[in-house]
Amino acid sequence: MNFELDDVQTLVRDTARRFAQEEVAPLAAEMDKTATFRMELVKQMGELGFMGVAIPEQYGGGGMDYRCYSIVVEELSAVCASTGVVVSAHSSLCCDPIYRFGTEEQKKKYLVPLASGRMLGCLGLTEPQAGTDAGAVRTTAVLDGNEWVLNGTKIFITNGGQAGVAVVIASTDRSAKHRGLSAFIVPADAPGYKVAKEEHKLGIRASSTAELVFEDCRIPKENLLGQPGEGFKIAMQTLDGGRIGIASQAVGIARGAMEQAIAYAKERQQFGQPIANFQAIQWKLADMATEIDAARLLTWRAAWMKDQGFKNYSREAAMAKLFASDVAMKATREAVQVFGGYGYIDEYPVERYYRDAKITEIYEGTSEVQRMVISRALLRD
Amino acid sequence: MKIMVPVRRVPNPDVKVRLKKDGTGIETEGVNFLVNPFDEYAIEEAVRITEKSGGEVFLVSIGGPENEETLRAGLALGAHRAYLVDLGGECYESSGIADILAAVFKQENPDLVIMGKQSVDTDNNQAAQMLAAKLGLAQACFAYKVELQDGKAVVQREIDGGLEVKEVELPAVITADLRLNQPRYASLPAIMKAKKKEVKKVTPADLGAEPKNRARVLGLSEPPPRKAGQKVASVDELVDKLVNEAKVL
Ligand SMILES: Cc1cc2nc3c(=O)[nH]c(=O)nc-3n(C[C@H](O)[C@H](O)[C@H](O)COP(=O)(O)OP(=O)(O)OC[C@H]3O[C@@H](n4cnc5c(N)ncnc54)[C@H](O)[C@@H]3O)c2cc1C
Repeated sequence: MNFELDDVQTLVRDTARRFAQEEVAPLAAEMDKTATFRMELVKQMGELGFMGVAIPEQYGGGGMDYRCYSIVVEELSAVCASTGVVVSAHSSLCCDPIYRFGTEEQKKKYLVPLASGRMLGCLGLTEPQAGTDAGAVRTTAVLDGNEWVLNGTKIFITNGGQAGVAVVIASTDRSAKHRGLSAFIVPADAPGYKVAKEEHKLGIRASSTAELVFEDCRIPKENLLGQPGEGFKIAMQTLDGGRIGIASQAVGIARGAMEQAIAYAKERQQFGQPIANFQAIQWKLADMATEIDAARLLTWRAAWMKDQGFKNYSREAAMAKLFASDVAMKATREAVQVFGGYGYIDEYPVERYYRDAKITEIYEGTSEVQRMVISRALLRD
Repeated sequence: MKIMVPVRRVPNPDVKVRLKKDGTGIETEGVNFLVNPFDEYAIEEAVRITEKSGGEVFLVSIGGPENEETLRAGLALGAHRAYLVDLGGECYESSGIADILAAVFKQENPDLVIMGKQSVDTDNNQAAQMLAAKLGLAQACFAYKVELQDGKAVVQREIDGGLEVKEVELPAVITADLRLNQPRYASLPAIMKAKKKEVKKVTPADLGAEPKNRARVLGLSEPPPRKAGQKVASVDELVDKLVNEAKVL
């Protein structure tokens, strides 16, 4: 793995950084307050290739590697974590499984509009009774002639409110438990597809988190993704890639908070001098920078493994997400501390970063789950 | 229409530059370099012209091998090909740069040259004018609107207190001001395509150019640090300070 960015990766970073700063940053506070995402950003990002960074151009994507994907999510998250997860959930959890497990027809029909940003995507895995225990999914899919009929409820679905298409994990054979799960491509305009409610959240407030209800929801037979019974495997492999996206989001949140803290520390005067002169502040910044670099390197390693075609990088993706989410929590907490009372009020953005950081320890597998994945790999043989 | 756009590699203008200890230049280690922002307006304008009515845009960057990165960034904005003129460690001020650009011009015979109005690092604002003079071409600097019509360019320029509309015969040298257009972001597919576009590496000698420096930089120094401001309690105190301390009244 190369520590330096090559010419292409540098250009991707410069473009993403500029776009984030010029187009996203001015909207971030407002989107957070009103808890609404500005959908025109999806269109703009689609035109730039950000809605399918690692999807080949022939399917509407940016044709880059996973490292570039990580860079784009980091840059967006450094100014707005909601925008970061809109892109990450869409790309990792919806585009990626269709790209990897879909038929050519499915890719043409669904991946092209998704990866080019004409349509937003989501993944429906979690249910009221199936959180960490994803194998306990109760939504059912029954074949009726030429159609699958879905019944059940999915909760906490990122992009659920605006998605044009959902990858849904449902049971096609209840007796086989997690081996009886299958994956489906469900268009939002399918009869019986309903967005039942939007959650109100602590952080990433601009990103939609919705409940999806399927009531005799009918989709064509050919919308089965992969083989029957492959749903759990598809979900787990999808989450491996997704964790690289969330780790990148966490690195972005931490870096954004650190940059705010550095600028403020140089400006804020107490005892007749900038607070950056105090060692207590300097050491906070030094710790943040060190941990952020370490988190980014773990994230890039996992991305590199995915790019190299490693079959299994679950452990490395879990390490990246576990560590980066922890770093995001620490860095944002300390950034608020550097700002003192000003960090606690919404006139400055660091309180938003602090609220946004927490989710990175929960979704796409809690930190406990990441530790389970890592320790399982350690104790396997 | 064939359009030539020179592009300069400059330190990221949002980052504070530091001088080398010996004052001979700026510290480049760890500094992020970008395409000179004014040159992006020039590229955008040139690319829009060719998108509308065909032709090609070629870039020219003068410096060292690292300028390839700058050129790729410009190619990702839609230019078709590029020249990299490697100075082999030499350094030229505006007149020498204009000598080299004139040599490229003579090889390519473009219909139009569009440049940024100035480079944001040295702020010289003279290479374009010198190039026009050396080639005996018409020039229209600080363009905020460019319209082409049979062999001519009608250029609107912002001048103090108003607008000037100028008609120049092609080929001509035009420089781009801020309000000329809104440069696009390089899309990821465009970045990929840029990787495969031709960057022709040449030296001034290959071009038959004999650039000469007629001015020499003797030294650089940082501006004196700004002193902290003061708060005054009344208008009287302000006037008093302006008269007696600042001695500006
Ligand atoms: C904002 C947001 C967005 C989300 N987006 C999506 C999405 O797009 N798609 C989707 O499908 N889901 C999504 N989720 C769901 C998310 O992935 C789950 O919330 C998460 O996996 C945890 O499941 P749970 O909430 O049911 O918690 P539970 O599984 O009930 O866990 C509760 C606690 O118990 C711990 N725990 C559980 N089992 C074990 C065990 N075996 N050993 C040790 N500890 C254990 C957990 O770590 C946690 O601390 C989202 C959630 C949120 C809040």
